[in-house]
Amino acid sequence: MILIKDIWKSFDQKEVLRGLSLQIPAGETLVIMGRSGCGKSLLLKMIAGLLCPERGEIFYNGQGLNNLNRQDMNRIRNKIGFLFQSAALFDFMTVSENVGFMLSQHTKMSRLEIERIVTEKLSLVDLSGTESLKPAELSGGMRKRVGLARAIVSDPDLILYDEPTTGLDPITCVEINNLINNLHETLEATSVVVTHDIDSAFSVATRIAMIHQGRTIIDGTPDEIMSSTDPHVQEFVSQEFRNQSI
Amino acid sequence: MLLIRYINQVGVQVVNLINSIGSVSILVFSAIILSFRRPLQLNLIVRQLSLIGVNSLPIVLISGLFTGMVLATQGYHQLRQLSAEGTVGGFVSVSAVKELGPIITAVILAGRIGASITAELATMKVTEQIDALEVMATNPIKYLVVPRFIACTIMLPVLTNFATVCGITGGCLAVVGLFDMNGRFFLKQASDYMFMSSVFVSLIKATVFGMAIAAIGCHKGLSVSPKDGAEGVGKMTTGSAVSSILAILIIDFFLNHILYTILGMK
Repeated sequence: MILIKDIWKSFDQKEVLRGLSLQIPAGETLVIMGRSGCGKSLLLKMIAGLLCPERGEIFYNGQGLNNLNRQDMNRIRNKIGFLFQSAALFDFMTVSENVGFMLSQHTKMSRLEIERIVTEKLSLVDLSGTESLKPAELSGGMRKRVGLARAIVSDPDLILYDEPTTGLDPITCVEINNLINNLHETLEATSVVVTHDIDSAFSVATRIAMIHQGRTIIDGTPDEIMSSTDPHVQEFVSQEFRNQSI
Repeated sequence: MLLIRYINQVGVQVVNLINSIGSVSILVFSAIILSFRRPLQLNLIVRQLSLIGVNSLPIVLISGLFTGMVLATQGYHQLRQLSAEGTVGGFVSVSAVKELGPIITAVILAGRIGASITAELATMKVTEQIDALEVMATNPIKYLVVPRFIACTIMLPVLTNFATVCGITGGCLAVVGLFDMNGRFFLKQASDYMFMSSVFVSLIKATVFGMAIAAIGCHKGLSVSPKDGAEGVGKMTTGSAVSSILAILIIDFFLNHILYTILGMK
């Protein structure tokens, strides 16, 4: 479904991605791990077409993203859901307007129909009855779940999660992980999750890839990651487990 | 060595200025093109018209009223030295219509609306809301800039007219109340010195000022970098008000030259 081929990207003369390649087959939940600042979120933004690589290309169902005009890119974006790290809810809109935004902008659905879908998606993330609230009235976990409802409102083929559990308490983290698994089963969408939360990674991933120094150093099943002899992988996994046990 | 560094800094500032003027021009051009593309987003435009126009009305009216009063008081004392205090009505109306109405309104809106547009868009940029719009296949310029651009362009001339009327009324009240001048005489003088072309000039200026305030406000807001955080939002907001006010004064000079000297309007 997604093929990432030798992409390079730098900021302020610092090379962040240095020839990263990765393949994400349809239906998988791929977790991308790596140290802070290694370019995980950057990679998600590139898949969503928000940033362009300096070299290399990303292909979505065989279609290269580099030279697409806005119209063609938007056609692809209509099939992508994105959960931002901060949820990125529009603070001048209610929860209902946030979740139904894509439908009201890009479909000819009636208001009643949009409201019905919004209610359905909000119940999927266990937030029924919050339609009229403003984002400022929600807790961090609720904001993430509204963001999730917004990401899945148009039944996307691909869902991108940027640090879905960062800044949340352990119970809410488990709830979000369960939601990601449930949505994966319900929508049968391909998911790409960026996180450095090992617990979260192992509870949602069908595959895990790890980025180090701008390249993919490992890409395999959770069991393959655990049994990897690569010193960077071992160090990252054991350090993260140690941090969580503390 | 110091001189070279100074010249270098000046050079960098000039390049930055040219760069900014280019970016704002591109934004204005994009906003004009996208204004005519569907969907027209009337609900968003009406919301901005209300925020920019209706909510700014009280401050514009009060500023217009007191500016007119100050103008009439000052004008009366100066003209009396030439024994021409009878023409104070004309002096107030010409100043209010041609210059002070558009300028006062534009400066107030640059501080009130331009800065608020920048703060709103910059916060949206820092909190990834602009990225969220893009990901949801919505053009941020069409969705955020166009309604603000249209609302400012429409509302500046409307508010300018209110400020001008208030200015002349304030002038009339001041001379009647303080100097016992006949109110009807003042208003007759005011209308005698006012030409339709003066009102037209005032509207042209206000329209251009409205475009400039919206364009600079939106440009500043969208140019903040997410890593700049709250500090960046603050800097851009202050910068927006300052740049808009400077731009208004500079544009005013060139418009005066074009409209009066080149086109020969009265």
